[in-house]
Amino acid sequence: MAKLKDLEDYREEIEQCVKCGACRAHCPVFAVEKREGRVARGKVALAHSVLEGDIDLESKVLEDMSQCLLCGSCCAQCPNKVPTEDIVAAARRRIAEQKGLSTFGKGVAAVLGRPKLMNLLAKSGGTLSSLLFKKLPENSGLRLRFPVPYLEQDRTLPPVAAKPFRERVPEIILGDPQQPTVLFFTGCGINYMYPAIGEAFLKALKFLDVTVIIPKDQACCGLPAVSAGAAQTVEKLAEQNLAALSRHPVDHIVTACASCNAGLGKIYAEMGEEFAELSAKTMDIFVFLANHGLPEKLAALPKAETRVKVTYHDPCHLRTQGITREPRQILKALPQVEFVEMPEAGTCCGLGGTYSVYHYETSKKIGARKAANIEASGAQLVATDCPGCIMQLQDSINHADGGQRSVHILELLAEALPDRDLPG
Amino acid sequence: MLSEQIINELQAIVGKANVSTEKADRICYSYDATQQSFLPEVVVHPGSAEEISDILKLANRELIPVFPRGAGSGFSGGSLPTKGGIVLCTERLDRILQIDEENLIAVVQPGVVTETFQQAVEKVGLFYPPDPASLKFSTLGGNVAECAGGPRCVKYGVTKDFIIGLEVVTPTGDIITTGGPTMKGVVGYDLTKLLCGSEGTLGVITRIVIKLLPLPEAKKTMLVLFASIDGAAQAVSAIIRDKIIPTTLEFMDGRTLDCVRQATDLDVPTGARAVLIIEVDGDREFLDKQVTRITELIQPLGVVETRVATTPEESEALWQIRRSVSASLRKVNPDKFNEDICVPRSKVPEMIRKVDTIAEKYGIPIVNFGHAGDGNIHVNIMIDKKVPGELHKAEKAIEEVFKGALELGGTMSGEHGVGIAKAAYIPLEITPAAATYMKTIKRALDPNNILNPGKIFLD
Repeated sequence: MAKLKDLEDYREEIEQCVKCGACRAHCPVFAVEKREGRVARGKVALAHSVLEGDIDLESKVLEDMSQCLLCGSCCAQCPNKVPTEDIVAAARRRIAEQKGLSTFGKGVAAVLGRPKLMNLLAKSGGTLSSLLFKKLPENSGLRLRFPVPYLEQDRTLPPVAAKPFRERVPEIILGDPQQPTVLFFTGCGINYMYPAIGEAFLKALKFLDVTVIIPKDQACCGLPAVSAGAAQTVEKLAEQNLAALSRHPVDHIVTACASCNAGLGKIYAEMGEEFAELSAKTMDIFVFLANHGLPEKLAALPKAETRVKVTYHDPCHLRTQGITREPRQILKALPQVEFVEMPEAGTCCGLGGTYSVYHYETSKKIGARKAANIEASGAQLVATDCPGCIMQLQDSINHADGGQRSVHILELLAEALPDRDLPG
Repeated sequence: MLSEQIINELQAIVGKANVSTEKADRICYSYDATQQSFLPEVVVHPGSAEEISDILKLANRELIPVFPRGAGSGFSGGSLPTKGGIVLCTERLDRILQIDEENLIAVVQPGVVTETFQQAVEKVGLFYPPDPASLKFSTLGGNVAECAGGPRCVKYGVTKDFIIGLEVVTPTGDIITTGGPTMKGVVGYDLTKLLCGSEGTLGVITRIVIKLLPLPEAKKTMLVLFASIDGAAQAVSAIIRDKIIPTTLEFMDGRTLDCVRQATDLDVPTGARAVLIIEVDGDREFLDKQVTRITELIQPLGVVETRVATTPEESEALWQIRRSVSASLRKVNPDKFNEDICVPRSKVPEMIRKVDTIAEKYGIPIVNFGHAGDGNIHVNIMIDKKVPGELHKAEKAIEEVFKGALELGGTMSGEHGVGIAKAAYIPLEITPAAATYMKTIKRALDPNNILNPGKIFLD
C-alpha cells in the first residue's frame, strides 16, 4: 500500500537543523514576509515543538505551515540539507488529519469574507469555475489548485481545452523498434489546459522516431494534493497511476511537467517499494532529448536570420533534482532562439502548488520579482518546463505590464522542427 | 506573563500587527545559531527609533528585560531572550537610506542584510569589505553589535573599522547619535567604537553610518596544499614578512581535510595535511606580480600542489573545499562547539600544536580552520552529546583551548562575541579591575539592567 511519511518519520532530519539562519537568504516567501515563522528555520522549529508536544496545531502554526511554496530553495542551500519542503508537507498532512482538510485552507476564509469577490462570483454564476470544473475529473490536482470560489478576479488563467489532450491522440504511436519506448505521463496541466504542449511533445519524439505510449487511464500525479496535505488523495492517485503505468513495458516514463516529474520520481519513491521501478524510469523530456542526440540534430538545422530572445525559468521541481543543464542545452540549440540568462532564474515563480490560491497577495509579490528579472534579461519569451510555472509567469508578467510571453520549451522546439513524416 | 495592559501599550507603540504573544511566534524568536532556546513573552517588530525609545521607556517603567535581535544568526547567544521579556526585532528596519558617492559613505538601518548592502554599493563601484560567513543573511545591526569579522578582514579590518557614526536608543530610551559622516572627529568619547561589539547591552542601534572604499578592480584566488601544517604556517609568516597583505589567508588543517575527504568527492590529495586559500585584490597587473611573488615565497615550504583561479567560476570552485567544511564536520560527528580564538599571527602554529595536544588528552577530535592571516582560528570540538561524558570532556577541552590562546597573548573570541556562550570564561581574560570598569559603564547607562541582561557578564 502506498504510504506517505508521517511528521514523526522526519524527526532525525528536523533535529539536523542547527539554526544557522542560512535559509533566510534563500526563501522567496521570507523575502516578502520578513517574519521568522515564514522561513525554514522557524517552520522546522515549530515542527519540532509539535513533535515534542510543546505546541498544539493552533492557528498560527497552520498559518506558518501554509506559508511555504515547497520550492526547496532552503534545502538546496542548507549546510545540513534539512528537507524543509518534505517536513512542511508532512506537517500539513498531520494538520489535515487532525483538523480536517478544510481547516488547512482556513486562510481561505479571508477570501470568503470579501464581499466584492463573492459578488463577482455570484454574478458571473461562476462562469470561469463552472467552465473549468465541468471538464475536470473529480480527482484532478487542478481542482485543488483552483478550488472555486477562492479564485481571485485578477488572475490570468489559460482557457480550458475544448477536448483534453489524451482524448485527441491515439494511445500508442509506433516508432522505430530499435529506439527506446517512451510512456508519456501528461499531467493535468497539459491534458486540460495546454494540449499544444502535448502535441509538441509528440512532434519532438516523432522527430527522433521513438515509440510513444499515452495511457488513457493515467491520473493526476497528486502533487497539488501533497501541497494541500491531502495524504489519502495522493496515495490513491499513486496507486491508480502505478496500475495504469505498469501495464506498459516501457524504457522511460517521460514528463513535460516538472511537478509531475517530482511526483512520480521523488514523492512516489518514498511511498513504498512497489514504486521503485516506476520512479526510477521517470525522466524529464529534456533529459531524454539531450541523451538521445537532439541537441546535435538541432545544431545541424540552419540558424534563423532573426532570432527571438528567450530566457529560461528553472521550475523548482527540476532544479531541486539537479536538472538545470538539459533544458538550457535544448533551448540554446534551437535555430530561432537567442538564449539569455535572467537574474535569479532558479527562484520559485510563486505558484507553489496550492500556495498561490491561499496566499495570492504574497504569491503576486514573489511573481513581481520574477517579472522584473524577466524584464531585466531583455528576453521576449520566458521558456520553462512546467505548465504551472507557465501559468504563474504569465500572470506575473501581466500584472507587471511586461509584454513578454511564457511558453514551454517544447512549443519552441515544435516550431523549429520540420513538418515531416517519419523517415523509413 | 506580561499583563494585557502592557501588551496593549506595546500595540499602541508599534501597531497591533507588530506585537505577538502567540506561542508559535515566541518559539520562532527563541533561538539563534547556538541552538539554545529561551521563550520570550512577547515579540515586537518596531518600525522606527522613536518606537524603540517608547518600548524601552515602557520596559524601564515595568522592569521588563528587552532583547534586541537582528537575524538571530549569532554564535554566542547574544540575541537570546534568556530572561523571557521582550524580543525586539529589527527585521522591519531594512532600508539603505543613502549611498553617498561624493563622500564614500553610506547610511543604513540596522536590519539591512550585509550582502544586500555590499551588492548595492558595489553597483556604484564602492566596497564594504567585512564578510562574516553569515553575510547572506546576517544584518548590519547584528554585525555592528558583535563587531563581526570575516576572511577579508586580514587586509581591510573588521566591522568597527568601517563604522563612523551611529544612531542609538539608549537602554533608558533616549535617542542619541555618535560620530557622524566625517572621516575625523574627536569631540567627546568615541562612543561609536564602544558600541561596536557591545553585543546589544549598551543600546539599540537604529542607524549606521558606514565608511566605504573604492571597489578593487580585480581579485585572484589561489589554493595551496601543503604537506604539513607547519609548512602552511610558515607560508603565512613568509608572506606577511615580505610585506604582502593578501585580502584573505584562510587555512584548514589536516583533520579538517580528512573530514572533507570523507564527506565529499572534492579533490583533496591524501598527501595534503594543510591548505591555504590566498586571495589578493587590486589593480589587475599588480595581481599577477603578487601571485608570482607569493608562489616563489611558499614553494620551498612543502607545497604539494598550487591551484590558481583566474575567473570568478574557478575561484568559486577553489572556495568549495572551504565552504564544504561545516557540513563535512557534522557528518563526522553530530555536535560541534565552534570557538573562534585569536592569537598573534606568528603564534598560529604553536596554537595548533596546543590544540592537538588537548585533543589527544581528552580523546576527542578537534579540527581547526579559519583566518590564518589574522591569527583567528576556528577551533571546532567535535563530539556526540548523546555519548555520556563527552559533553563534560568538551567543556574541559574548551577551557584549556581558551587558556592556551591567552598564554600566547591571544583572546577567547576574535569575532563571535561573548554572549552567554563564553560568559563563564570571562575572568580568564578580563582582570577584575577591567571587568569592574566595564560593568560600571553598563550600570550607569542601564540602571534597571533592562537591555540584554546577563550577556557578556553573568549576573
